[in-house]
Amino acid sequence: MLKKLILGAAALAVAGTVQVTTVSAEDTLYIPSLSYRTGPFAGAGGPISNGFADYFNMLNERDGGIGGAKLVVEECETAYNAQKGVECYEATKGNGALAYNPYSTGITLQLIPKAPVDQIPVLSMGYGLSAAAVGEKFPWTFNYPASYWSQMSSILKYIDANGGVKGKKIGFIYLDVGYGKEPIPLLDKLAPEMGFEWVGFPVGVKEMQNQGATWLNVRKERPDWMIMWGFGAMNPTAIKEAAKIRFPMDKFIGNWWAGAHADLEPVGEAGKGYKASSFSGIGTDFPALQDVIKYVVDAGKSQAKKEDVGKVLYNRGLFNAVIMAEAIRAGQKSSGKVKITGVEMRDGLESFVLDEARLKEIGLEGFTAPITASCKDHEGSGAIFVQQWDGKTWNRISDLIPPMTDVVKPLLEEAADKYVSEQTDWKTQSCG
Amino acid sequence: MFYREAGQYKTTYEADSAKFPILQDKLFIWFYLAIAFIVIPLIGGEFFLGAIMIPFLVFALAAIGLNILTGYTGQISLGTGAFMGVGAYACYKMTLAFPDVNILVFIFASGIFSALVGVFFGLPSLRIKGFYLVVTTLAAQFFLEWAFIRIPWLYNYNDSGAIEVPQREAFGVIVTGASASAEVRYLVCLTVVVIMTWFASNIISGRIGRSWMMIRDMDIAAELMGVRPLYAKLSAFAVSSFYCGVAGALMVFLWLGAAEVESFDYNHSFEILFMVILGGLGSLLGCFLGAAVIWILPVIIRAWLPPIVDTLTPFIITSSQADLVSDIMIGVMIVVFLIMEPHGLARLWAIIKQKLRVWPFPY
Repeated sequence: MLKKLILGAAALAVAGTVQVTTVSAEDTLYIPSLSYRTGPFAGAGGPISNGFADYFNMLNERDGGIGGAKLVVEECETAYNAQKGVECYEATKGNGALAYNPYSTGITLQLIPKAPVDQIPVLSMGYGLSAAAVGEKFPWTFNYPASYWSQMSSILKYIDANGGVKGKKIGFIYLDVGYGKEPIPLLDKLAPEMGFEWVGFPVGVKEMQNQGATWLNVRKERPDWMIMWGFGAMNPTAIKEAAKIRFPMDKFIGNWWAGAHADLEPVGEAGKGYKASSFSGIGTDFPALQDVIKYVVDAGKSQAKKEDVGKVLYNRGLFNAVIMAEAIRAGQKSSGKVKITGVEMRDGLESFVLDEARLKEIGLEGFTAPITASCKDHEGSGAIFVQQWDGKTWNRISDLIPPMTDVVKPLLEEAADKYVSEQTDWKTQSCG
Repeated sequence: MFYREAGQYKTTYEADSAKFPILQDKLFIWFYLAIAFIVIPLIGGEFFLGAIMIPFLVFALAAIGLNILTGYTGQISLGTGAFMGVGAYACYKMTLAFPDVNILVFIFASGIFSALVGVFFGLPSLRIKGFYLVVTTLAAQFFLEWAFIRIPWLYNYNDSGAIEVPQREAFGVIVTGASASAEVRYLVCLTVVVIMTWFASNIISGRIGRSWMMIRDMDIAAELMGVRPLYAKLSAFAVSSFYCGVAGALMVFLWLGAAEVESFDYNHSFEILFMVILGGLGSLLGCFLGAAVIWILPVIIRAWLPPIVDTLTPFIITSSQADLVSDIMIGVMIVVFLIMEPHGLARLWAIIKQKLRVWPFPY
């Protein structure tokens, strides 16, 4: 026993001396990818990381990278665990990381204060801290294309346009963590203004797959519409329970993390009619997606199966990569350098232009709403669309719905002020 | 040969009951402290200090807390994660209320809140033992997790529901927040842990510690000999939770920087229990060894396994596979240790010491 242990320790010591060799050559751009292919949310994490990596690989294969610099995407597994997230951040930030895309609200919150110190921006695409949309208060954090509050206002707009919201009762079922509770201030604010009543149905992380009691309450409250802020195993469970109490599926609408193929495939036909908001197109009928299939997936350079390409979360990861790539281009242009740093990446994230023409140019026409990046507004225009499950797949059923900026903006400013007031020496910026 | 105490005569009672009665041990401990305080901050990079050493110290301190309760007093607890949370939230609320006070004061004071909560949830231990007590401490875990979510006052009504560590100073140096350097955070953490370990070892070898061990070995006999179970058990809960609370405050303020309730869930309670079991029940050294194995080994596997496999073999291991490998290794190690060395790594160290002592004539 002892001998074996000593041998083991010796082997470990030898292994420890082998240095990590992550060579950052002159003409590469390093992009860390905090993935979660294991853990409780692996079902969502896998497709996102695949889409993210595949787009960059496609750019490498097709165009030779961006501006001649190859893109190096390195994955670090976080298992959706905030502690491992910090570990991954510490392990990768020294390699010249351009920006972080944590895909976890918990990890995002930990990285927000670190970003200005290490000068590496955080792009939390459609998650994280809503208040980070205020660019003057959060120079280093971005949440394109929309914050949770903008999204909730768009969903309410959609409900208003489809049967009216005045005098209705809206049920809000949410994962009982920071992420799920984010839109509550907006509901509180809009309920009297728009004349609806709302009831909250929290679902604890441990009760994600056991929502019988929650839906008993739903049946008691009889809401006209249900809105869901769920993630992972919570989504299919909620939809199954809704079907069980015969809640009308077309009045049940999820946010963009509650409307993936992985969420509805276990439900199948029973979920027919269920809706969800989204900001990334569905399917592979886009030239850019075809290029990804041609250069990466068919070439066997992807971790994704071919049939998973074009699904909701895969496309979302891909769209995240598109924003990163556009920001890199903008950063290269403004700095005049090919190999940019985190500072120049930040400038790029504030200045890239992703309008209709540009979307068409990169082969994603009609994929998403155009985004206007600016110093002041770190969430862009934030328009979303609604998609519906037909029993087999998702179909887009609405036009782009812009958020109620006039309502959301003051709330965002207020929240940003509160965040900053708790910090000492917080660095803000002024946008001319 | 290396550990021979021949010729080291003890002429006073103090010398005989000293913490490290043998000269070699004394030299060793000074040597390790010198490495920890001087060499590691000088040569360790930000990753080594921030992602390996600070969490290691935090978990070692939490393991000491749990070991006081489980290893020395024999009361198994699964509420460690929640007691750490109490410390973290208490520290957060205090430093928001009094931003100019030295943060170290609050880090220690947060332990007091945790101790009070610990005593409250320790009350059932006066009536119940064993598995039933495990269940009540698990209830504490679930109740406190619920409180961390449902009492918005605790996280200052943040929309995110998380606590964000503000920048704070101690003696004019920035200790917490993103601007604090890894070296400073490490040294503060190390100082706190060394002081508290020294304290713990004194409590344990003193009257209170001996009464805990009497309760552990046979509570009825202890009672007959004059140990009051009420004081012994509740003081064990108080001291244990105090340590866990300080560890929780250190975890959030010096390591993570922000925390949701998820950072204090029952997985952490189990993780720390594994550290105590693997390291050795009833041993302070074991707490450090257990924390080292359970925290540092997976980090090393995750960071170094993919590049090593990549360069030495034709195979490629992805980051997520390395993560699974580290999980499997820890699981296997726990099983192997429970079968082959139930007294943990601390016992192995004792065996090594004994072998070194008689080497090269093993008789």
